[in-house]
Amino acid sequence: MTASVLIPLLVTVVNSATPLLLAALGELVVERSGVLNLGIEGMMLVGAVCAFATMTLTGSDTLAVLAGAAAGAALSLVFGVLTLTLVANQVATGLALTIFGIGLSALIGKGFTGHPVPALPRLSLHGVSDLPVAGALLFRYDALVYFGLLMTPAIAWFLARSRAGLILRAVGEADLSAHSIGYDVIRIRYLAVLFGGAMSGLGGAYLSLAYTPLWVEDMTAGRGWIALALVVFAAWRPWRVLAGAWLFGGVTVLQLFLQGSGRLPVPSQVLAMVPYLATIIVLTIMSSGALRGRLEAPACLGKPFRPAS
Amino acid sequence: MRIRIERRPIVSRPLLYLTPPLAVVATMLVCFGLFAVMGDNPARSLYAFFIAPLLSGNGLAELGVKAAPLVMIAVGLAAGFRANVWNIGAEGQLTLGAICGGGVALAFWNQPGGWILPLMCLAGILGGMIWAAIPAFLRVVLGVNEILTSLMLTYVASLFLAILVYGPWKDPEGFNYPQSRMFSPAETLPILIPGTRLHLGVVVALLIAIAAWLVMSRSMLGFQIRAAGLAPAAARYAGFSRARLVWITMLASGGLAGLAGVFEVAGPIGQLIPTLTPGYGFTAIIVAFLGRLDPLGIILAGLVVALSYIGGDNAQVVAGLPAATTGLVQGLLLFLLLASDFLVRYRLRIAAPRTTPLPVKAPA
Repeated sequence: MTASVLIPLLVTVVNSATPLLLAALGELVVERSGVLNLGIEGMMLVGAVCAFATMTLTGSDTLAVLAGAAAGAALSLVFGVLTLTLVANQVATGLALTIFGIGLSALIGKGFTGHPVPALPRLSLHGVSDLPVAGALLFRYDALVYFGLLMTPAIAWFLARSRAGLILRAVGEADLSAHSIGYDVIRIRYLAVLFGGAMSGLGGAYLSLAYTPLWVEDMTAGRGWIALALVVFAAWRPWRVLAGAWLFGGVTVLQLFLQGSGRLPVPSQVLAMVPYLATIIVLTIMSSGALRGRLEAPACLGKPFRPAS
Repeated sequence: MRIRIERRPIVSRPLLYLTPPLAVVATMLVCFGLFAVMGDNPARSLYAFFIAPLLSGNGLAELGVKAAPLVMIAVGLAAGFRANVWNIGAEGQLTLGAICGGGVALAFWNQPGGWILPLMCLAGILGGMIWAAIPAFLRVVLGVNEILTSLMLTYVASLFLAILVYGPWKDPEGFNYPQSRMFSPAETLPILIPGTRLHLGVVVALLIAIAAWLVMSRSMLGFQIRAAGLAPAAARYAGFSRARLVWITMLASGGLAGLAGVFEVAGPIGQLIPTLTPGYGFTAIIVAFLGRLDPLGIILAGLVVALSYIGGDNAQVVAGLPAATTGLVQGLLLFLLLASDFLVRYRLRIAAPRTTPLPVKAPA
């Protein structure tokens, strides 16, 4: 395989990893605070359609990206009110969020189907972006790709080194103790949930603004669920989320590449199964045997909390 | 005056059964506002959505046709949910059931015999069970979370169905459409009321729900399932095997979803096509919760949610509402139900105003 094939392929891997990375990093923060939000798929779809609609109506990519994040956060607020204030079951509420999000996004997107928008502008540094190999590989992505890459160390630092991150982890590991030494568990979880929603919205916005600058119903195609699996795969650590996102981006691209090349004598649907099967296999490897001990889910993950007042 | 939130010492039984209808009414109210924003006449949309389908005999028959798969799947899922087993891949198990049942139908195509239909049902149940056995095995033996694996298998199942109907099982006389042959008469469910689509499967679904109610409320197994969810530590102490309950609830829900899949392809659809249902496997989750995870409640909830499908189609034609409204209404219904649960477990107390203690004067 020559460089002329390999470099575009690697660039596509980074691109297809980005929506997974954004959504999974958001969910990682949510889960570290002790909340399990299964509604990523719904938040990504609503983020995608709101970003796309804003792009179509205003032509401003900045506004479009912000609209995607805001839409994801707005939907996650619904989840927050139900699970944090009203102490509803987190699994059921997350599923409801996904079902609701699929319907809502289809409804909003009805008038926008089939009209492409210009893709997000890509970085173009004079001289640097035109370098032979490094230029294409490192300096020609759009802003959301770089944002995802920057958020990985930022979140890693936040969780491991900052005071706020320490409090967030305390809330996720021992909600009662955190509460009794005076931290507002519910408020901290709200902030985490909103952050996760905004990140999912950005992941969706990336799909409809950059990856395929189009709105198609259900265009996330299970990416929200794969992002959830990534968090488990990463054992709740940001850098491993990045590695996992690239791995899954690679699987997706390889599958598309093989489908396109037509070299394998199997139906295209067999190849399309690969990312989903890979998710199951990876989850199995991570959850079983020798690795199980290292899988440190936050102790309070998914447990309802209501201070006795 | 302050409002205080208090945990009820025991859940309120009346509210437990009152809140689902309350959530349905609240959903209608929110829909009224929603339709007012989206369409022209909210009253007409609401009428088309929730009332009109109930006024014709055919509408009522369709209600049964749509409710049957929802009830069958939801009854199985509810047993799992009660034991904290989260099978959310019923759509995939339904698909595999339809593939297995449909495979039998295509293998014995145009042959007479009353044995074909039962064999199709058996194959469908087995297919659904096999598909559910994968996440059950991974959960029990390797500790893998069943939520994600069962869901991922749904995508795999629908791609598998696509391979078959685009490839080897495509109707040779079907003008290259991605669909199988129409099943022959011996392979389709008998129609109960001529002129409608009300088929035998609707009655079977009803009987299954009643049988499930007996199992859940009257048998040792039902007790074990309920105990495992309500008091896991006590259930463990009593020696109820967790692994056994995971297996039983996963296989039961998978088998029922598979049977529902056979009923769909042998009933209203009559052949295998790439998209079998408008998401019954996922909507059944809403039905299970709306029915309070109780098989009898699920029958009622199934009818309500079935109404949202028919009403959605109807409102699309009559009031020009987009097709996606159905999913929106269903999601909204589950949201409002989960919100109303708060009232079941907590109560609001208007507390006496907090009296500020008078400052005690220090003796001079």
